[in-house]
Amino acid sequence: THRPHAQMIPSAEAMASRKEGTGSAATSSSSTTGPAGKGKGKGGSGDSAVKQVQIDGLVVLKIIKHYQEEGQGTEVVQGVLLGLVVEDRLEITNCFPFPQHTEDDADFDEVQYQMEMMRSLRHVNIDHLHVGWYQSTYYGSFVTRALLDSQFSYQHAIEESVVLIYDPIKTAQGSLSLKAYRLTPKLMEVCKEKDFSPEALKKGNITFEHMFEEVPIVIKNSHLINVLMWELEKKSAVADKHELLSLASSNHLGKNLQLLMDRVDEMSQDIVKYNTYMRNTSKQQQQKHQYQQRRQQENMQRQSRGEPPLPEEDLSKLFKPPQPPARMDSLLIAGQINTYCQNIKEFTAQNLGKLFMAQALQEYNN
Amino acid sequence: MANKHKDLDHVVHIQPIVLLIFFNALPSMPGSFFLDKMATPAAPASTPAAGPAPAAAPSAAPATAPAPAPTPASAPAPSPAPAPVAAPTPAPASSSDAAAAAATTAAPGQTPASTPAPAQTPAQSLPGPALPGPFPGGRVVRLHPVILASIVDSYERRNEGAARVIGTLLGTVDKHSVEVTNCFSVPHNESEDEVAVDMEFAKNMYELHKKVSPNELILGWYATGHDITEHSVLIHEYYSREAPNPIHLTVDTSLQNGRMSIKAYVSTLMGVPGRTMGVMFTPLTVKYAYYDTERIGVDLIMKTCFSPNRVIGLSSDLQQVGGASARIQDALSTVLQYAEDVLSGKVSADNTVGRFLMSLVNQVPKIVPDDFETMLNSNINDLLMVTYLANLTQSQIALNEKLVNL
Repeated sequence: THRPHAQMIPSAEAMASRKEGTGSAATSSSSTTGPAGKGKGKGGSGDSAVKQVQIDGLVVLKIIKHYQEEGQGTEVVQGVLLGLVVEDRLEITNCFPFPQHTEDDADFDEVQYQMEMMRSLRHVNIDHLHVGWYQSTYYGSFVTRALLDSQFSYQHAIEESVVLIYDPIKTAQGSLSLKAYRLTPKLMEVCKEKDFSPEALKKGNITFEHMFEEVPIVIKNSHLINVLMWELEKKSAVADKHELLSLASSNHLGKNLQLLMDRVDEMSQDIVKYNTYMRNTSKQQQQKHQYQQRRQQENMQRQSRGEPPLPEEDLSKLFKPPQPPARMDSLLIAGQINTYCQNIKEFTAQNLGKLFMAQALQEYNN
Repeated sequence: MANKHKDLDHVVHIQPIVLLIFFNALPSMPGSFFLDKMATPAAPASTPAAGPAPAAAPSAAPATAPAPAPTPASAPAPSPAPAPVAAPTPAPASSSDAAAAAATTAAPGQTPASTPAPAQTPAQSLPGPALPGPFPGGRVVRLHPVILASIVDSYERRNEGAARVIGTLLGTVDKHSVEVTNCFSVPHNESEDEVAVDMEFAKNMYELHKKVSPNELILGWYATGHDITEHSVLIHEYYSREAPNPIHLTVDTSLQNGRMSIKAYVSTLMGVPGRTMGVMFTPLTVKYAYYDTERIGVDLIMKTCFSPNRVIGLSSDLQQVGGASARIQDALSTVLQYAEDVLSGKVSADNTVGRFLMSLVNQVPKIVPDDFETMLNSNINDLLMVTYLANLTQSQIALNEKLVNL
């Protein structure tokens, strides 16, 4: 289980600085409607504002370091991304970490921290534009209500923001796992209304596959950093572990499946709830119907006897309709299950490849 | 007092250069004889004024270093840098230690008011005329790549006209080595004669960083550029108030010698004990430390060196396996090449390498083919089953979605 972590909120200063700073960038960007100051994405434009995310190597290293040093087990580490928007590309040039939430410093002011950090960074000429936030994840479980809310508040304030999900365990297995997500315009609309009832969701035609959209990532380095990389390569020892090709990864698979099973259990509970709800509604309908019929009969009898008919009673007071179960949660669960399944499929594909390689080696040996 | 400073102004500007010439040209003994003439006693009197003055406004600057020395002599009164001595470095075994240690009393990291004025001789780490202390052997600096990338990035973002950038290094210390894990740049102004460092900013940033990683301490500072200048000495002095025995890291972004050399120094005392002391920067061994994930990250980032516009995308699952196997293939071909060379006599055989090769070939386990077949098949079956289940689950939830929305 995750410890509840702070909701990431873009600071007011971030929004203010966007208003003054990026006027020119906004006019050149084709898809944002209106000046950057407004920040409200007009979902009607259909295609999203960001087609690609370009990350500096420095940001990748910083995120890795942050998790390595401060994250343990299932806790997530979070931080803020800084950068700028160039046409339909989001460039992330720097980032800074957020302290973990601990119970003892409840008076820790996040907004204060953010503002101070950004102000200080501005002095050393680091881009001080908020463009998103990052979070680490445990075996790929990041589709939660908290994430949704945070990303919504970010995207609401700054249209092009993304959330970077860094999976340290998968990275430790051999290849960097960093993904950028945004909320789809449809989901943004629904969140804006703050109405998560089934009707609204049905109207928005949202399925779990269309909650988050993934944005492709590229990594870019400046020339000087490339020189640095050459230097490092010469000086440091060759890595002696090639984790990527290790065959002993059933542990990882087991963990993934475990989490998947938990989610599926939750899902089935949800479905049971929904079924009960449906049954209750239909039963109620029947009862209402019967009541009405009895009423009518009585009224007819009374009429035949010459008595005044009984007053029409408010049916809705007698039969309170049952509460429809919250649909948002089941959407989130479905989304999460989907992510797990994707991860598992990727994983098995890799492992199959490795097994075939091992087979080839063995054949050669014989 | 103020008048005295004014008088010294024009004198002071020349001094550093004069001193350099002196120290480079003369062996230290005659030098100390010369310096004897200087009236050192007056110095401590002015120190209480200089000491507590926070480095925040490095001030009326130029003369900060030599100014407090009210001596009219041509060379300022050098004094021991308080920091390096008290630190646990096995370092300067020169008896300068004893004198300086006494002077610094018991406050390792701070400029105790009792030490003579913090005027330092900007001596280079040349084992020439000065008395070099023995290198602090066993002191290794372990750097993480994120630091270097951060330094290069702040260099690229420096203000117009600034030749170099400086910043603070954070990290942890243990018995034998110092591990630098984080850094941030500090705005500073540097010109011919003066240097101003915004220490207030540095303190603030450190506090903010502490909130995220409470274990990190200030270890020292870094500067870009290939040389240690006089101003470095001053800045080092400021930092020695923050941390005992600060480390100075230089990253040569101007690419002298066609390489970006990365060096670390610690300042040590030199000079004649009891008399005039100077400061020298002695080099430390620099090693690179990586976490596993960092290693993987760096490997990936390094690929931008090969792409034309320095951009790479993240690869998908099977591509990664392909990439890793390609790497192993390369390694194998190198080994094969070596074996061929040895066989054809081009390279002499080396037994240790031979043993490694032997163990490499034996790594592939010898399993009875049938057993291997069974193992392989069962593994493949497991994986296929899991894939099937995953697909089934996905279609199930899609179906559920459709039903609910009816």
